Amino acid sequence: MPYPEPIQEFVDNLSFIDDRAERIQVLIDLSKTYKAATREKPYPEDNRVRGCESEVFTWVTLNDDNTLNLEILVENPQGLSAMALAALLAEGLQNKPPATAESLDEELVFATFGKELSMGKTMGLTNLIRQIKAQSANLT
Amino acid sequence: MTTDIQSRGYAKPDALVSTEWVADHLNDPNIIIVESNEDPLLYPSGHIPGAFEVDWTLDLNDQVMRDYLDKDGFAAVMSRLGATKDSHIVFYGDKNNWWACYAFWVFQLFGHTNASVMDGGRLKWMNEKRLLSTDLPEVEPSTYVARDRDDKTERAFRDEVLSHVYRNGQLVDVRSPEEFSGARMHMPDYPNEGALRGGHIPGAASIPWATAINPADGTFKNFSELEEIYEKTKGINRDEPTIAYCRIGERSSHTWFVLKYLLGHKNVRNYDGSWTEWGNSVGLPIEKP
Repeated sequence: MPYPEPIQEFVDNLSFIDDRAERIQVLIDLSKTYKAATREKPYPEDNRVRGCESEVFTWVTLNDDNTLNLEILVENPQGLSAMALAALLAEGLQNKPPATAESLDEELVFATFGKELSMGKTMGLTNLIRQIKAQSANLT
Repeated sequence: MTTDIQSRGYAKPDALVSTEWVADHLNDPNIIIVESNEDPLLYPSGHIPGAFEVDWTLDLNDQVMRDYLDKDGFAAVMSRLGATKDSHIVFYGDKNNWWACYAFWVFQLFGHTNASVMDGGRLKWMNEKRLLSTDLPEVEPSTYVARDRDDKTERAFRDEVLSHVYRNGQLVDVRSPEEFSGARMHMPDYPNEGALRGGHIPGAASIPWATAINPADGTFKNFSELEEIYEKTKGINRDEPTIAYCRIGERSSHTWFVLKYLLGHKNVRNYDGSWTEWGNSVGLPIEKP
């Protein structure tokens, strides 16, 4: 199972949906479950996801029990794809051991959004996963 | 069509409509609003009430060959929109209307000239907190007789660009300065799509597409400002043929729109093969500063 269980379940369920409009609606619904990080501005540039047009910032810290505390902020109100991925990452990684994030496969972007996503968006979302992985790795 | 846009001095002001104008014409049966985005999630999440989606990959491109839809495909798209020859199509979208201008350009290949772009695009509409709807428009499909696609007037192909270079013709490279110089072969923070050579087409002027936009609200700059940028500073002659290009032809369709409709240049074509074709082709001349 390449992804943490809730993420794998989502990806598996999505793969059964053949209708494009239905797949998109599932992703929009997922984006609505995104919970924005509550951080004070200005956000540190070190926390900015490079190349993400949706102006995304991430913070990964450790809870008292050494599990992950994931905070993601999507500044662009039109950044629905980033919000959807942020919600999915939170679902799969929140309160999990750092190793769960470190081993996350970046192919999750393609598995979730498919080939219709533009080059720019694919890169930005992949960088979001890479940054979460890097921040998690720095904790251990 | 609107006082503000007409006051900006554009050569063809009817090619641009304001968000206010669109809001006032939502129930006009002759107006068909079309949203074209890069992000496929945006339209279904909420669009201008009554607007249709025209997707640049699924609707405008041939699904096998690197080319655009043919006249039967275009007729099918127009039928889905319920459009007739007289329908006024208004385009808008994300990313400062990149894809709206691209769709507008493709529609011009089929000669549907009764068309406009909504100034400021989707983001301006949203920032003004105007109505959005998730309802899909219901319309009786029309019978639209399309003409053959005209690839001569608004579109340039590789060999035509090469001949243009040998004649010392005007070219506008709308990519980032780093792409133009060859320091990188893709937009900043974008992946390299495999262009084997960096640089620009010989003789091209570097005028990034975003120079035509007011960053505060995404609207187009006025005629005088655009004239200063393209003609006075960069020396683009309005009476000489011009070819615009970028990476795949979407950003350059934005500049094509500026040159042809806002500045009124007579002969402007978009080279949609752009750098993904030129930078990979064997034996084509490339210039680096």
